[in-house]
Amino acid sequence: MPQTPMADRPLLKIEDVEIAFSSPDEADIVAVRQVDLALGPGKTLCLVGESGCGKSVTARAVLHLNDQNAVISRGRILFSPPGDETVDIAALKSDSLAMRKIRGNQIAMIFQEPMSSLSPVHTVGDQIDEMITLHEGLKPREARERTVSLLDQVGVPGPRERADSYPFQLSGGLRQRAMIAMALACKPALLIADEPTTALDVTTQAQILDLLKELQEDYGMAMLFITHDLGVVAEIADEVAVMYLGDVVEQGNVFDVFRAPRHPYTQALMRSIPTIARKKERQRLSPIKGTVPSAKDRPEGCAFTSRCPYAFEPCAGTKPDRAPLGNHVARCHLLTESARKNEVPA
Amino acid sequence: MLRFLVGRLISIVLTVWAISFVAFAIIQLPPGDYLTAYMAELSAQGERVSPAELEALRRQYSLGDPFLVQYWKWISGILAHGDFGSSFEWKRPVTELIWGRLGNSILLEGLAVLVMWLVALPIGIYAAVRKYSLGDYLATVFGFLGLAVPNFLFALVLMYLTYVWFGTTLGGLFSPAFERAHWSLPRLWDFLTYAWAPIIVLATAGTAQLIRIMRANLLDELKKPYVTTARSKGLPEWKVIVKYPVRVALNPLVSTIGWLLPTLVSSSVIVSVVMNLPTAGPLLLRSLTSQDMYLAGTIIMLLGVLTVIGTLISDLILAWLDPRIRHGGAR
Repeated sequence: MPQTPMADRPLLKIEDVEIAFSSPDEADIVAVRQVDLALGPGKTLCLVGESGCGKSVTARAVLHLNDQNAVISRGRILFSPPGDETVDIAALKSDSLAMRKIRGNQIAMIFQEPMSSLSPVHTVGDQIDEMITLHEGLKPREARERTVSLLDQVGVPGPRERADSYPFQLSGGLRQRAMIAMALACKPALLIADEPTTALDVTTQAQILDLLKELQEDYGMAMLFITHDLGVVAEIADEVAVMYLGDVVEQGNVFDVFRAPRHPYTQALMRSIPTIARKKERQRLSPIKGTVPSAKDRPEGCAFTSRCPYAFEPCAGTKPDRAPLGNHVARCHLLTESARKNEVPA
Repeated sequence: MLRFLVGRLISIVLTVWAISFVAFAIIQLPPGDYLTAYMAELSAQGERVSPAELEALRRQYSLGDPFLVQYWKWISGILAHGDFGSSFEWKRPVTELIWGRLGNSILLEGLAVLVMWLVALPIGIYAAVRKYSLGDYLATVFGFLGLAVPNFLFALVLMYLTYVWFGTTLGGLFSPAFERAHWSLPRLWDFLTYAWAPIIVLATAGTAQLIRIMRANLLDELKKPYVTTARSKGLPEWKVIVKYPVRVALNPLVSTIGWLLPTLVSSSVIVSVVMNLPTAGPLLLRSLTSQDMYLAGTIIMLLGVLTVIGTLISDLILAWLDPRIRHGGAR
């Protein structure tokens, strides 16, 4: 299997995962068709893609947090916490003890909506305490001490009083900070952040990103960061994985992927970022033509076929293999067919 | 919190005053008064009362006075020495008649409410968490059966079945030996051996409704992101459900506590008549047909007062349960 150069043993390795949603009235919908990812300890991997491309579903699958009708129908999710054996999370049951020991303890998660993601009827402190008493068996008083120092660490002013506040009494930024404090409570090896800054205003967004980077260094944890904002990716990522309609089309070192994207979708994505320029130098944005088809109408082969300007015979029918490209990999027939390689604009 | 309470108490006093006025006005609405109803009854039996006699009676009961004067006499009696007037029909003070029966009503219906909640909440939670499972469908079917079968019919069926199977007749709330006794453990036991049947009958319809409400509320909450957060912490699934979404889903239910009591009293009238229960319902019915105005007015007013108190209690519980209300800052 082609590997991206990383630490010897990846902390999280997702291999050929497919996730299908069943419904009583319709045929199954394969929301995630083919995901391969690898994330080294202490690194940040950004999962980018449009709404509905399956990035959130993939991330939630790592903790078995998808709805009950979602099934990981193929593949493995290998988690190798430092100093511990490798577990295949895909094989665990959602409510099993083994899964619950990983949740919050070794892999923690923060969410997009800091308002609705915290319980409205419990104080922020209670919700953080719970995590600590659950996994470390501390007494409530000791847990509260830890909570206060965590809140202090994530930059909540007056942490002791704030711990007794309810979420609706805090601003969006403070809520997300509290959420982060909660996720860090048990020093997880991996933090999954599902669009943690999308619901915040730009200034707060920058503060939260800085905070996350800082904490990542302090705690030495890896981050799986989901976003659709390429600016955020550039800011925070070591590695980036681009998803389109349930497939990871390109993954690799963020500099390589951004500087020299090789998959036609990634290339189109990069071209559609607006730049700030003088009026004379402004150019029209070139959006990607067409719309994302629904998962039901996805071609058997490459999902991007219907919108790809370079599509040719094998695209619709055959799934492209991973083509290694130095520091990154992409799935595209143009790249695997060496004869046509020259036609791809680099 | 204190301010909230004081504000509430002031508005309660005003509300109760308004209720007393309306209650008194309502019982005056039907044409005629107690004496016309009494006359009609007498003449149906072939007796005759002279107009002079009638006039004397009317003056004695001060039925000829204007409405406001009558109201003033009634309300000042209540405020001054807790005198709610006398019942024409029973020839006894209203207070004497009411307390025992109202007590029975509150006890019986309170127990029915308790049974309702104890049965409905777990079933409602189960039905929501295991949506579209066999258990959910069963709960739905039995729930709608309970909702659709009229209470009095269910009471009759229950009475028939216990007679056929056990040879006992259901009816009343006490055996004759304990009818007038003071409350004691044996009397409580005696009460329960009689009261189980009406409690079941009264609880069924409400249970069905409560299951549906709990199920719907919880289904809304189960999809909220904070439930996923709780799950992502590593809590066991049952604890996730009970501690977070159930807690939030209870709030709308708690706010209905205030209306439960009057609803039950009025819905229990027919059951009480069928099962011969000494509760306030049949007394109210009887007093309304005979235009026994002080008795009817008092019962109506006390039901209103109970609603007001129930609403206060549910508001207090709600404020205690939900910080967004307590701190008045929900957005």
